[in-house]
Amino acid sequence: MPQYPNRQFLDFEQPIKELYEHIEENKKLAEKNAKVDYRGIIQQLEDSIVDKRKEITQHLTPWQRVQLSRHPDRPYTLKYIENMTTNFVELHGDRNVKDDKAMVGGFADLDGQTVMFIGQQKGINTKARQLRNFGMANPEGYRKALRLMRLAEKFNKPVVTLIDTPGAFPGLEAEERGQGEAIARNIYEMIRLKVPIIVVIIGEGASGGALGIGVGDKVLMMENTWYTVISPESCSSILWRSWDKKEVAAEQLRLTSLDMKSFGLVDEIVPEPLGGAHWDYVESANILKSYILKSIEEFKQYTPEQRMNMRIEKFGKMGFWDEVEETEEMQ
Amino acid sequence: MTAEHGLKKLLIHQTPYFCYPQFRIMSIKKEEDIDNSLSGENIPEHATEHKGKWYKRLRKGITTSTADKKETPEGLWNKCPECNYICTTAELKEHLYVCPKCNYHHRIGSEDYYDILFDNQEYIVLFDNIRSKDFLGFTDLKPYQKRLDEIHAKTDLKDSMRVAVGKLNGQEMVIACMDFEFIGGSLGSVMGEKFSRAVDYCIEYHLPYMVISKSGGARMMESAFSLMQLAKTSGKLAQLSDAQLPFISLLTDPTFGGISASFGMLGDLNIAEPGALIGFAGPRVIKETIKKDLPPGFQRSEFLLDHGFLDFIVDRSKLKDRLAQLIVLFRN
Repeated sequence: MPQYPNRQFLDFEQPIKELYEHIEENKKLAEKNAKVDYRGIIQQLEDSIVDKRKEITQHLTPWQRVQLSRHPDRPYTLKYIENMTTNFVELHGDRNVKDDKAMVGGFADLDGQTVMFIGQQKGINTKARQLRNFGMANPEGYRKALRLMRLAEKFNKPVVTLIDTPGAFPGLEAEERGQGEAIARNIYEMIRLKVPIIVVIIGEGASGGALGIGVGDKVLMMENTWYTVISPESCSSILWRSWDKKEVAAEQLRLTSLDMKSFGLVDEIVPEPLGGAHWDYVESANILKSYILKSIEEFKQYTPEQRMNMRIEKFGKMGFWDEVEETEEMQ
Repeated sequence: MTAEHGLKKLLIHQTPYFCYPQFRIMSIKKEEDIDNSLSGENIPEHATEHKGKWYKRLRKGITTSTADKKETPEGLWNKCPECNYICTTAELKEHLYVCPKCNYHHRIGSEDYYDILFDNQEYIVLFDNIRSKDFLGFTDLKPYQKRLDEIHAKTDLKDSMRVAVGKLNGQEMVIACMDFEFIGGSLGSVMGEKFSRAVDYCIEYHLPYMVISKSGGARMMESAFSLMQLAKTSGKLAQLSDAQLPFISLLTDPTFGGISASFGMLGDLNIAEPGALIGFAGPRVIKETIKKDLPPGFQRSEFLLDHGFLDFIVDRSKLKDRLAQLIVLFRN
């Protein structure tokens, strides 16, 4: 986890940055003036950083949540796996085309039980971001995910998917290899998978790219994440015909965890440390781990058939419509 | 009089002004943006084109008063967007809205498909009482509810999909068909629910199921609810599959986004009309992402067949016979 001064700050996090700068100044003064005691004031400033973190998260706009979900210091899939599990063995390849670096997965030990973890992975620096294709998987990524799910099914291990993607990759080769088909196949197979599936949105949950590993018995959403049908930017460009309405689009889409929970489209919100997951990787992972363990326990008790029917029913209920009087109409 | 002025005057006299608009239409290359269809607004073509005026109109344009204006009936003639062949709408209809010259398949709605496919044009429309509503209070340039009301007022369509049951050469089948006119055939809660009930109906009456897709993708005005329809419909297909009933997915021009990322690509058979544009991401988005021109024929039915995602491509004129033949093969 990066520490100040390597920490990065979003525009609305600037007050925190200023507090850090004050601390630095005071530390320098303390070095120069051994006679004066600066510990008190430094402690005070450190406390106000915690207060500020709390204050900021209390009044976040939907767009600011989107920004937090993309925070450059935010922990990604492999970071969560590292902090939640032991004995992680990463597995590669879809056995067909290649190994998609934007989608990672493998078996790991989660509190004494073997679990299959699958998730989109973003890079932590420019080079890594390119390698990971900014967390945008190609068809082979989704097929790799499906292969790993089948593997888990064969050995009766629960599956946990961690979603963090700005969308499935819109590329030429992706289309040639059937991006739509790959996602559709995953959605279909995940409905039928015989082992429990726990889905967690840990960052960005954009559209089919997210849902391609997003069907499960329980869908958890971390506090400062978003999940909807399109990114606010693309929505703005299509519906408002301009790239400048992303804030409005973010509001209209109702994409925050609170909204999604209130609509019943996700089951639970996983709280994050004060100010967001990027302030404490270990704490975020610990909180998430407790939610995952609880969810696995909850769904272990059912038979595979029960779980499948519950999934069909769960997603079958989603939607809103009116029914008017007047039924069949003969042509 | 300057030389320039003289030249302008000369041009005006030598070239009748009504030539210019025609010249303009011919010279503009038509390229469609699939995503824009989802905005629910039909922007007139070339609305954004703007040409600087280099001549001055000296005489008044149209001097006929409105009272004396002779109306030409709309939609009497039809021009093929592919080969510019002009024929009467009646002739086109006789050819099942396929260009007699170049086999271009015009976009048609559910009503036309049902008329083409069902014996004696007899069929029963199902679940037509389900209507979209604006649960989220979604407002972009217009409130979603207003959009819905406007389309309801303008067309007979209730939503972007209709479901009907009828017979094809005596073989009974349930066919769900999208209407592109209705917010780009977008997938929303109503389509998801109609799809689900159609599956239940097929299971109850032991009938094969076909979906004719023609859509820009998920309906953004329903936000995450529209996304979840991908899972909802796929779940229902699992039930249809367990009942061992065939599901045929017919992809027509255009089919994108959420449709191809769910039931559109999940057919026991995936088939398509010739030349249909089918894909996950729209061509404009791909072009902007890879910053390269797309190869000719990219995302067309023939391209998909070549890459192994379609079972076959079928002409509209042969569609009915082929489907009936398949139902018999599945059943026997």
